[in-house]
Amino acid sequence: MTATDIVGDERLLRRSVWRKMLGRPELGSVVGAAAVFLFFSVAAGSFLQPSSLSTVLYAASTIGIMAVPVALLMIGGEFDLSAGVMVTTSALVSSMFSYQMTANVWVGVGVSLLVTLALGAFNGFMLTRTKLPSFIITLGTFLMLTGLNLGFTKLISGTVSTKSIADMEGFSSAKKLFASQLTIGSVDLKVTILWWLVLVAVATWILLRTRFGNWIFAVGGEADAARAVGVPVFRTKIGLYMGVAFAAWVSGQHLLFSFDVVQSGEGVGNELIYIIAAVIGGCLITGGYGSAIGSAVGAFIFGMTSKGIVYAEWNPDWFKFFLGAMLLLATLLNAWVRKRAEATA
Amino acid sequence: MGAVLAAVLGASLAGCSSTGGKRAEDARKSAQAQGRAAVNTPRWKIAMITHSGDGDTFWDIVQNGAKQAAVKDNIDFLYSHSDQGQQQAQFVQAAIDQKVDGIIVTLAKPDAMKDVVAKAEKAGIPVITVNSGSEKSKEFGALTHIGQDETIAGEAVGEELNKRGKKKALCVLHEQGNVGHEQRCAGTKKTFNGEVQNLYVTGTNMPDVQSSIEAKLQADPSIDSVVTLGAPFADTAYKAKQSAGSSAEIDTFDLNAKVATALQAGTLGFAVDQQPYLQGYEAVDLLWLYKYNADVLGGGLPVLTGPQIITKDQAAQLKAYTERGTR
Repeated sequence: MTATDIVGDERLLRRSVWRKMLGRPELGSVVGAAAVFLFFSVAAGSFLQPSSLSTVLYAASTIGIMAVPVALLMIGGEFDLSAGVMVTTSALVSSMFSYQMTANVWVGVGVSLLVTLALGAFNGFMLTRTKLPSFIITLGTFLMLTGLNLGFTKLISGTVSTKSIADMEGFSSAKKLFASQLTIGSVDLKVTILWWLVLVAVATWILLRTRFGNWIFAVGGEADAARAVGVPVFRTKIGLYMGVAFAAWVSGQHLLFSFDVVQSGEGVGNELIYIIAAVIGGCLITGGYGSAIGSAVGAFIFGMTSKGIVYAEWNPDWFKFFLGAMLLLATLLNAWVRKRAEATA
Repeated sequence: MGAVLAAVLGASLAGCSSTGGKRAEDARKSAQAQGRAAVNTPRWKIAMITHSGDGDTFWDIVQNGAKQAAVKDNIDFLYSHSDQGQQQAQFVQAAIDQKVDGIIVTLAKPDAMKDVVAKAEKAGIPVITVNSGSEKSKEFGALTHIGQDETIAGEAVGEELNKRGKKKALCVLHEQGNVGHEQRCAGTKKTFNGEVQNLYVTGTNMPDVQSSIEAKLQADPSIDSVVTLGAPFADTAYKAKQSAGSSAEIDTFDLNAKVATALQAGTLGFAVDQQPYLQGYEAVDLLWLYKYNADVLGGGLPVLTGPQIITKDQAAQLKAYTERGTR
């Protein structure tokens, strides 16, 4: 049976490439990204240097790695306010476990993965069991983790930052995986960029090509209807939170292995940046709509804006204002383009 | 899950690191001042309330100093902190309600603290201000102020940069809106013969700090010195400098083990220490002296704990002290 046999069904209608593109959630953000890119190319002389672009990509990747699972979670209709501090928790666990046990650094990295995934599972489990809004559950986790990060670090290390593990066995090989850089020509590209691209690719594949991806859209769109047609809503949501936890682990290990000492108070506030990146990238706050590629574009816009202001050498007193205004403009443009696209599609 | 955890724990015993870690630390841990009360004055209660955010290494050292003095002076030491002025004031109020015998307070947000400090004095509780607020301390009726004058510290940095023949400095502020930070950069600007530019970074997000400094150095290759305002940011600035391919010298305010190591290795130029340990130690000790003997130090002027410029020469000695958390 070919598509031409059932012209009557609009879902199977053949659409032109152009039409297909207009229907993608990330379209608006791509236009926004191009606008921001053009703007800084003109406004900041050093923005277009290859080394500058690698800096921008690095800034984008550290946000982007987290924005991917946060976007998926958002498509699934939930939030995670603990994502920012969970990164710090993950770094602290591997650092302190390795240090206190005088263990090979890889052992700490493994323990940290288990602990972080357990935290994600805790979030998901609490959410599905209590049926409280994710805002409350993850706000609770956020506060608890902030306290635990400080409390445990102080209790174990005696100070509020961890001790350096740079001289321990396994450090250099772990550093290669999480915090090395690849030199291409004269440009150093951080390995986080690679992690980011891989996560985006995997998440896109999951969303568009797997059954789990369908479940994500279904639970985010209308959870009750999804349950009625047999979608395992609870398992899907717990899986999404564990996805956030996995990315937090990757980011946490990057933090640890690039700075070899972790400050226990870090990470607060970053959860909002991840959410912003996902929203700029076309994810609806209400769930059911969005894409992983969009979150990457959102992170890229964020990276370009925050560093572009530095390259443009604007008065730093107004830094936060510029940042906010740029983000608002990018999001507005995004929304406008999407509306136009939907009107013509 | 349990089986996996057990397996990992088992593997951890097999997968020991022969270098670094806790074992190495235990091996080199030298006799640290432990001590017990050296006096038999009544067990007075002293509260310290700072404007520190959560998990700030600097305030940890201040606390260590205060605790050490408290042990020696037979003092019951209480500590609380909040980076929100209003909350900090509430903590001071709580200390007054507890009828403590002395209060140590920072005046980073002087306006928020004004009323509550007056209340403490009305209740007959002596107050000593530490760290920030030297210009307001006397006006608010505190016994004395112990700390570093941020402007003077900044000026010292400017002079040191002149000595090193620098032309264009970048002042990296990790907390936008912190008065002390602005004063440091302004002080540097005052004495430095070259140009000083400010850069604001998000202190709670290290990758952001790194990429921002990197971007700035790429945008302006003529910058030949970067001054960070906190020890943890010095190392990050060095990484940023390397990625940006800049040859700028990295200098910093404050000290920690990594800074001491980096000074020794020559990857950092110099550090300006305000000796936080002294700020805590002296504050408690001076309150004890006041209670015991009505002594007041400083003659109405602030007692300065800094700036002390630290270079490669002193780094080796101080490294051991930074590792035990007292420098």
